Amino acid sequence: MNDINGVALTILILLFALVTVMGFYAARWRRPHSMESLDEWGLGGRKFGTWVTWFLLGGDLYTAYTFVAVPAAMFATGAVAGFFAVPYTIVLYPIIFVFMARLWSVSHRHGYVTPADFVRGRYSSRGLTLAIAITGFLATMPYIALQLVGIQAVLEVAGLGGGSNWVAKDAPLFIAFALLAAYTYSSGLRAPAVIAFVKDALIYLVIIVAIIYLPSKVGGWEAIFGAAEEKMATPNPATGAPTGSFIPTGIDAHWAYATLALGSALALFMYPHSITATLSSQSRNTIRRNASILPAYSFILGLLALLGWVAIAAGTQPVGLDGEPNAQLVIPQLFEDMFPSWFAGVAWAAIAIGALVPAAIMSIAAANTFTRNVYKEFVRPDATPKQEAKVSKLASLVVKVFALAFVLTLDKQNAINFQLLGGIWILQTLPAIVFSLYTKWFHRWGLLLGWAVGMVYGTISAYQVVNPVTGAHFGGSLDPIPIIGHLGYIALTAFVINVGVAAVVTLALRAGKVSNGTDETIAGDYFADAGDPRVMKTLPGLDESVEGVSDSR
Amino acid sequence: MTSGNDRADDPTLHETTPPANRALLTLAAVLLAIPVIALLWVDSYARVDPKLGPWPFFFWYQFLWVFITAALTYTSYRIVLVARPHRPMHEGDER
Repeated sequence: MNDINGVALTILILLFALVTVMGFYAARWRRPHSMESLDEWGLGGRKFGTWVTWFLLGGDLYTAYTFVAVPAAMFATGAVAGFFAVPYTIVLYPIIFVFMARLWSVSHRHGYVTPADFVRGRYSSRGLTLAIAITGFLATMPYIALQLVGIQAVLEVAGLGGGSNWVAKDAPLFIAFALLAAYTYSSGLRAPAVIAFVKDALIYLVIIVAIIYLPSKVGGWEAIFGAAEEKMATPNPATGAPTGSFIPTGIDAHWAYATLALGSALALFMYPHSITATLSSQSRNTIRRNASILPAYSFILGLLALLGWVAIAAGTQPVGLDGEPNAQLVIPQLFEDMFPSWFAGVAWAAIAIGALVPAAIMSIAAANTFTRNVYKEFVRPDATPKQEAKVSKLASLVVKVFALAFVLTLDKQNAINFQLLGGIWILQTLPAIVFSLYTKWFHRWGLLLGWAVGMVYGTISAYQVVNPVTGAHFGGSLDPIPIIGHLGYIALTAFVINVGVAAVVTLALRAGKVSNGTDETIAGDYFADAGDPRVMKTLPGLDESVEGVSDSR
Repeated sequence: MTSGNDRADDPTLHETTPPANRALLTLAAVLLAIPVIALLWVDSYARVDPKLGPWPFFFWYQFLWVFITAALTYTSYRIVLVARPHRPMHEGDER
């Protein structure tokens, strides 16, 4: 069925070529003297104003997670697997409201740019700092992999790739990947910043058209819910159990739904790219004010999730070029079936470019974390700016190559699982970051040991989840919760174990009066706001320049 | 007013947490906790009826919480501004 749709494919390629040219051209945007420093490469010369920052943040919101993974999960197995994204993105904001203002204040008082910087300042513990930095780097990889799966889904529906040969099959993905890697390498953060304008315009256009136009084409919401309910109740031939859940029923499904939502919400703002973006806001209260309007985004996300069910009502058949059904293809396929060719091309481009921008931002944030908290801290404390930029550029390639390895080795049928796997890892850094904003009761070695146990438990548990159909490991992120016995998100179980270990070790070390490291912060630091001494208008390396890059503004 | 005459003599002032109205802070915390509890208590809304047009309760109820959460979070924001007014720092009154 996947004959090449000439008009749609031409439009996709033209738009893709346009952003590629923009990505390379971005290196010369606002004329840096040279790209040979971390400031220029990794932080866009620190000259981004409010508008650019807004678009960059938008780049974090609508990703392949929203457009491909969540609707695919809804299409394949229903509400528990996909719709939890709605409560996840709602409870996210009350949670960050609580701690993000404190993190903003202390970071601006001391010039911290990454969560690992804060942990180092609080405990002067290099081991714990290293653990936080490495986890940020590691957890970003599957998240980037999810973006690559999104690009691949579009290319596959467009009819590119395929064939039995392994290399030919993934060739378009490699080409898209190589382009992304090349212009991120040459232009740094300027590339996604420039492309984000195109991306957002396309995405909003496609979202509005899809949400208004598609339901009316398939017989309205009555027909959509009816078709979904029928599909979910049909037994799956492989397992004999119902295909999925229309509405979560039973205590296992309720636990799964709630823990997936809470675990994902707690995890999101631990990622390097989320924290850096939030710290770039201009005052302590900007974050809290924004937290009250950002849930509006969850409304659109919910409607996009339901597009997976629109596809059920529309009878979309997402079949890959290998002839096998693949749920990840459902949204690109739906667009091809329902839209005129030219608009299908625009919609495909929106998804593909919408995955490129966050992939670039995430790999740059992970690379900067590596450079600041691993390379400069441990390998070469006297590194010159030129060396730092070089290391960051290479690290951004490394993180993307590993992400590619995730795409090629993990089960792509359930791409939402990539993001959930990243969540298992990144959530283990929460005690060291968030708890330490409130109390120094926890001992640094307790936090480190808790982190280690949480990481090992989470990774092993996730590995042992086997997909009943394909037999692949890392087949899901749900596992029976020890003691309680119901299904729960592994990240949250590992987190509870992590905190338990940290508390027990802390009690022992406090009894033994072992030093908890020197703390360079004071209580007042956690409440500082713009205008207080040492609170830089922006962080070093973020947004507007602090030391005046002596350029004509 | 801004000449520094409101500055405390105590050089360790900023080693303490700024004063706050505990009751108001608690109220803000409760408002923030409401959506978290409501949405994690899946048993309370995982049902089809009452429908809103063709929409099962499960779906329209969660969409409704988008707006309730925004209102509660904004109210908390206004409350914490009052509950803990910013205590300015000055050059020289820290360690």
